[in-house]
Amino acid sequence: MPAHDVLIIGAGLAGQRAALAAADAGASVAILSKVHPVRSHSVAAAGGINAALNPEDTWESHAFDTVKGSDYLGDQDAIEIMCREAPDEILWLEHAGVTFHRSDSGHLGTRAFGGASQARTYYVADITGQAILHVLYEQLMKHHERVDRYEEWFTTTLLQDEEGNCIGCVARDIRTGTLEVFNAKSVILASGGAGQAFKPTTNALICTGDGIAQAYRIGAPLMDMEMIQYHPTTLAENGFLITEGARGEGAHLYNALGERFMEKYAPNKLELASRDVVSRAEQTEINEGRGFPDGTIALDITRVPRKRTLEALREIVNIGKDFAGVDITREPIHIKPGMHYIMGGVKTDFDGQTPIPGLYAAGEVACVSVHGGNRLGANSLLDTLIFGRRSGEHAAQRARGVAMPKAPTSVLADAQGEIDEILNRPTGGRRVSEIKNELGEMMNRYVAVYRDEEGLATAREIVQRLKQEAPSAAIDDKGTIFNQDVLAAIELGYMLDVAEAIVMAAQERRESRGAQFRTDFPERNDEDWLHHITVSQNGDGPALGTAPVTITKWQPQARTY
Amino acid sequence: MAEYTLKLRRYDPQSGEAPYFEEYKVDLEPHRSVLEAILQVKNEQDGSVGIRCSCRAAICGSCGVRINGRPGLACHTHLDKAANTGVNSDGTTILVEPMGNMPVIKDLIVDMDAVHWKKIQRVTPWLINKEPVPEREYIVPHENMVDVTQTMACIQCGACVSDCLSMEVDPLFVGPAASAKAYRFVGDPRDAEQFERLKDLAEDPHGIFDCTHCFTCIDACPKGVAPMSQIMRLRRVSTNDHHIVDRNNGERHERAFVSLIRGYGLLHEAELLPRSYGGDSWFGKFHPAAGQELLSSLPVVMKGLMRGKMSPKLALLGHRVPSRDLKAVQAIFDKVESKDRRYELNLYISGYEDDDEQAAATAEPVAAASESESA
Repeated sequence: MPAHDVLIIGAGLAGQRAALAAADAGASVAILSKVHPVRSHSVAAAGGINAALNPEDTWESHAFDTVKGSDYLGDQDAIEIMCREAPDEILWLEHAGVTFHRSDSGHLGTRAFGGASQARTYYVADITGQAILHVLYEQLMKHHERVDRYEEWFTTTLLQDEEGNCIGCVARDIRTGTLEVFNAKSVILASGGAGQAFKPTTNALICTGDGIAQAYRIGAPLMDMEMIQYHPTTLAENGFLITEGARGEGAHLYNALGERFMEKYAPNKLELASRDVVSRAEQTEINEGRGFPDGTIALDITRVPRKRTLEALREIVNIGKDFAGVDITREPIHIKPGMHYIMGGVKTDFDGQTPIPGLYAAGEVACVSVHGGNRLGANSLLDTLIFGRRSGEHAAQRARGVAMPKAPTSVLADAQGEIDEILNRPTGGRRVSEIKNELGEMMNRYVAVYRDEEGLATAREIVQRLKQEAPSAAIDDKGTIFNQDVLAAIELGYMLDVAEAIVMAAQERRESRGAQFRTDFPERNDEDWLHHITVSQNGDGPALGTAPVTITKWQPQARTY
Repeated sequence: MAEYTLKLRRYDPQSGEAPYFEEYKVDLEPHRSVLEAILQVKNEQDGSVGIRCSCRAAICGSCGVRINGRPGLACHTHLDKAANTGVNSDGTTILVEPMGNMPVIKDLIVDMDAVHWKKIQRVTPWLINKEPVPEREYIVPHENMVDVTQTMACIQCGACVSDCLSMEVDPLFVGPAASAKAYRFVGDPRDAEQFERLKDLAEDPHGIFDCTHCFTCIDACPKGVAPMSQIMRLRRVSTNDHHIVDRNNGERHERAFVSLIRGYGLLHEAELLPRSYGGDSWFGKFHPAAGQELLSSLPVVMKGLMRGKMSPKLALLGHRVPSRDLKAVQAIFDKVESKDRRYELNLYISGYEDDDEQAAATAEPVAAASESESA
């Protein structure tokens, strides 16, 4: 059975960065992922990564923009760390081989992005996530002697010893169906978000909240779960992402009357206000009848010079052509707000430590919280890299003072029992995909841009019913080799746990802040709600709690763009 | 909505049975993707169908398959287009098979580690930093970064590997994807070992000179990486900039092509072989390796003669083109060779430099070509 100082679950940007940092710190490292690392959803991040690297820019300015973007729910100590360390991280990436865009002088060049007071987004065309992810994987291949890769292994459960330390996981080799115990002195969760609990979503099919639910099930608190980001520009038909880089390059939004409506909602920043503000503006236009008949808004990229679009927004040129039949360099494309990101996650400190000893989390699975109520575009790549690296370093350091744990072999039988139970379910129940669809559509209806008590209560009821139906959902595939059916059944359970936490937190927060807009409580209320909401498992079900927001130098003020 | 018949190649390694085809009916709009159709089957009819997939938007590279005999991403191929092209173009049937050149694990899932990723690892796929590493960023020209970004756009889906004809004949061939990855470093001004990388790939009998220019990988690539173009660029940098004369005779073989076209306007097969070994000199004909190669290709030559594909006269004296045409061909050589900088014809960059009006007025490819000529 494999044993490592540091075990990392998930191999997107946060996981790979953590692996490289832990290996650099001298630890033996395993990185395990249910898909090949370059298939991780970080690959889809398009627009860029923020850093105050330009001599005229300051980290304080970046930090303030982030705090304001978070609607003052972000923890300012963590935000300060992220923004201070951002420039060095960009340079580290550049030296590792990322082909960042250059200015005419050959220096790193930037583009403008939403919610930012400076153009501080570094980028590679509109494939920034892909470019960074593939370069990190190059580094993993280079350091293959120090980092063991377990590609296409599915984690079924996290393991704890009697004192409550996290000591590894049980995972299934997807190719063979074999279960294996992974022992580790420190475990880092880097398994991404839970977008598939919504339908449509910009998120990939693999984003099923695995790590969030696994940590939650062993007692780790979740935080800021009500904060779900709806991205302002997703394709009407299938929810695909159109990068914010388009607006960064100068694209405008128009309603069906041809009005550049952002003038009303954000007279200064217009299309480049923060995402919650733009999405809400679009939804208001649509709800009040000024959208197009298919419930959309027009994004006009034709204003951007064609050569620039073809060089810097190549991916969305293709998406427009292949998935909407639109040449975005010649005509507007129809978009609407769509589920994109979950600000919440497993509560951690700024070294990635969760309240469970030995368990770390970094990236979208985690909530540090640097995004608070609303994440700024191009801050998520930064979050994954900074806190991935910090988790890796800290986890390696912790491992030096801990003996190698050894989980009892009985855990394997337990895990096998759970899988056998799914394989042996009698047919007749609802299909896994049917339950998943109902969940996604329901969440997108009641827990979207605008929310109210009535809708959220309905959502809660539906989630609870689906939780009862899920354990009897039958599957077709009974084999062991690449049985994706059995994994989908396990993932459904993860998504339902995450959805329940999201709905409960949204019900609890009776104010409007960041991405949470309650039509029944339309104002921000700092007196009662300037704190995080947590959800944790306390034996007989989910329990709500609170955690303070750390404020260092930026007192809450009215938020206008 | 339209009805399509998905004909999926199924293979269950645990059944002990050979692969077989299974048909499913799906109801979807024609502009929906083949992946959506497969997922509809998985969700509603048969959850045991195996296919890797994740992003649905041609970014993650998971769902490489063969659709009606052609390699590509399932998420990136529309149903109507799929049903009307390739081996089964009856407008309703879509044949989906696993990619080629790689062992099948189950249904549409192939073992990419065994082939694709092994080849990627073969090309030292990481940056070897030029020293000293600067305190801040390396200062490099804007164009170079755009240039290598074309190969950086590779999503490692394996579609090019699937149908690489050279790899079919020589499974050890480094192949299109890994070659493109190699160019990503060779073309990167921050890399310290351009020469070593090229020398390695030129001297390898399964390296860059093993490609037969069949263009299949360019057709297969869903991301415009154009792997074959990258291979040709590797060769050009290797031979023209570093003057690497490889033991595979790749460099001399290329030169022989160039000198023959310059001299005759068309390929002169009987001369190609000796020149490839002995160079342009008249005595080159007597290079022992040329004789050996000639001997071994005699059966093919004889077959060609017997079937009337060539006459003895043509085989020995070569084609003749009118002198006016020959002069035109030579003028192209003169023009290209008189440039200070080598023409890279990277359509990823230069193919779109036209302005809107010009592109609208003429057919796009023509506009792009004339533009790059005057660039």
